Amino acid sequence: MNTFNDLFKKYDWDTIEKKITSVTASEVEQSLSKSKCTIDDFLNLISPVAQNYLEIMAQKSHALTKQRFGKTIQMYAPLYLSNECQNICTYCGFSLDNKIKRKTLTDSEIKEEILVLKEAGFDHILLVTGEANYTVNINYFLNAITIIKKHFANISVEVQPLSEEEYVSLHKAGVHTVLVYQETYHEEVYKKYHPKGKKSNFEFRLETPDRVGKAGIHKIGLGVLLGLENWRTDSFFNALHLDYLQKKYWQSKYSVSFPRLRPAEGIIEPNFIMDDKDLTQLICAYRIWNPDLEISISTRENEKFRDNIIPLGTTTMSAGSKTNPGGYSVDKQSLEQFETSDERSAFEIAAIIRQKGYEPVWKDWDKSFSHKM
Amino acid sequence: MKNYMSTFKISDTTFTSRLFLGTGKFGSNKQMEEAILASGSELVTVALKRIDFETETDAILSHLKHPNINLLPNTSGARNAKEAIFAAQLAREAFETNFLKLEIHPDPKYLLPDPIETLKATEALAKLGFIVLPYIHADPVLCKLLENAGTAAVMPLGAPIGSNKGLKTIDFLEIIIEQSKVPVIIDAGIGSPSDAAKAMEIGADAVLVNTAIAVAQNPRLMAEAFKEAVIAGRKAFEAQLGSVSNYAQASSPLTAFLNE
Repeated sequence: MNTFNDLFKKYDWDTIEKKITSVTASEVEQSLSKSKCTIDDFLNLISPVAQNYLEIMAQKSHALTKQRFGKTIQMYAPLYLSNECQNICTYCGFSLDNKIKRKTLTDSEIKEEILVLKEAGFDHILLVTGEANYTVNINYFLNAITIIKKHFANISVEVQPLSEEEYVSLHKAGVHTVLVYQETYHEEVYKKYHPKGKKSNFEFRLETPDRVGKAGIHKIGLGVLLGLENWRTDSFFNALHLDYLQKKYWQSKYSVSFPRLRPAEGIIEPNFIMDDKDLTQLICAYRIWNPDLEISISTRENEKFRDNIIPLGTTTMSAGSKTNPGGYSVDKQSLEQFETSDERSAFEIAAIIRQKGYEPVWKDWDKSFSHKM
Repeated sequence: MKNYMSTFKISDTTFTSRLFLGTGKFGSNKQMEEAILASGSELVTVALKRIDFETETDAILSHLKHPNINLLPNTSGARNAKEAIFAAQLAREAFETNFLKLEIHPDPKYLLPDPIETLKATEALAKLGFIVLPYIHADPVLCKLLENAGTAAVMPLGAPIGSNKGLKTIDFLEIIIEQSKVPVIIDAGIGSPSDAAKAMEIGADAVLVNTAIAVAQNPRLMAEAFKEAVIAGRKAFEAQLGSVSNYAQASSPLTAFLNE
C-alpha cells in the first residue's frame, strides 16, 4: 500500500454509514469490555446506540487517560502568521471570496506577537496560515521558524499541504508537529465545500499525512471539520486514517482535534449539528479505542464544555487564542478565521485546570531532540 | 548476624532507600513533592524535556530542592543514540550530574526501548564519563553486553510502561539478577506495593515507580505504602526466604519398594 488513498478506495461511505446505524447494544458492550480495541470497536462506540453507554464510556476514557498521560494538560497557543488564501472554502473566514484586507506578519511583527505569548507562559506554539503559495510558502515558513525557535521549545504547524521534501526541511528546521485536517472524507461533498484553489484536490490532501510521515515528523495531527457531514461516518474515516498511519509511520505520535464549525465572516450554516453529547461520545470513543492518542480541545468550544471535558480524555488545550494574524498585539482587528468561543486568558485556563486537579504543562519537549548533528 | 537492611551503591553513590521515583503525571508539583518526601526516595528521575532552564525558578525543579534527593535526568523523547547523546550532554550541563537515565524509545506508543541504539549510546556515554542507567527490555544477554559497554546499572522493565501490570517479565528478571555484576533496578510496570515487594524479594537492588503513585487518589499515602513494601521485600530477601516447594509429598511414594 503506497498511501492511505489505496486503503480508502476500498471503503464506501454509505456502507459505513449504514453499518454505524445498525450497531447493536450487545456489540457496544463487547467493545467496552475489551482490553485492546480495533477500528471495528471504534465504529461500535460512535454508533447512536452507544450513546446509552455514555457514562460508562466517560469513566473508562477518564481512567485510560489518567493512566497513560497522568493528571496533566499540555498547553499551547496558535500564532496566525497570515490570512492570505487562494482557496474558496465556503465555511472559512479566510476564503478567497471574502473581500477583506489580507495580512501576513513581517519579521518584526512576528517578534511582537511572540512576546505576548511568552509573557502568557507558552512554550509550545502552533503556527497557522491560509494557503497562498506565492507569498506564504516554505521559504516564508523557514524564515519564521528561525525567528520563533529561539523562543519556544516545541513548534507545530497547520499550513497548506506541502511536498515530502518541504516537510523534511521543516523537520530539519525544528518543526515537531504537523497538523492537517481532511475537513471531510466525503469526496463529493468535499468538492462542494472547496470549489476553487489547490485545496479542491481531495486526493492530494488525503495523501498529505503520508508525506508528513515519510519526512519523519515527530507528531501528526488529524481531524475533520465537524458540521460539514455526518460526524459519525466522517470520524470513522478519520480513525481509519489514524490507524493506517500509526501502523505505517510507527515512530510518529498522533493527535486528533475536534473543530466544530464556528461562525466566521461570510460563512454558511453547518449542515449537520453536533451537540455536546455527541462530541463527548466521540472524544471518549477515540480514547477507548486508542489510549495513546493525544486529544486536543481548542477555544472553538465554549467555557462550560471545556471545563468539563478536561478529565474525560483531553490531553492538550489552547487558551487565550486569537485566530487573526497580529491578533495578540500588532493588528487586533484583522480578519479572523473563526470566532473563538472561550475567550479566557491562559492564566485563567491554567487556574481552572489546577482546580480540576490537573497540572498545566507548559514545556514537554526540548530543542535538543530536534538538533541535527 | 546483621539485623539491618543493607545499603547499595551505584558508581560511588550510596543509597539507603531502594525506591526511586518518577516525577511525571502528578496532578500538581506540590503533590509530587509531598509524595517524593513521603517515599523516602533519594533518587528521582526528571525528563530533560519538561525542564525550562531559561527561567531560574523552574516549576518542577523548585519542588525538588531537598538535601537527600538526587536528580536523575532522563532522555525521554530521544528516538536514537545520536539524539540521546546530545540530550545527555545538555542534561549533564544543566543538572550538574553525571547520572543519566538513558531512555531511547523510537516507538511513541508503548515507549518501548530500542536495544540496539541503547547499547550504542551506553558505550559512547560511559566513555564520556556518564553514570549510565539504561531503560531496557528484560533481556539477560543485553544486560551482559551493557556491562561490557560500561553501564553503571541496568533498568529492565517489569511490564509496559504505565501499565501497572506488575512483574510480567519475572522469569527474565530473575536471570538478569542472577547474572548481573551491576545493580538491577526494575523499572516500568510496577503497579502496586505488592509488585514492588515481589521485585525486592527476588533480589532486585531497587525499583523505580511513577504512574502507580502519581495517579493514585492519594499520591502521598501511596508513596508511603511503596516505601514500606520495598523495605519489607528487601528485608525478606536478606532474611532469605524459604523456598517454595514444588514437590507434593505423595501418600504412596513410588520409591517405597526400595525400602522393603
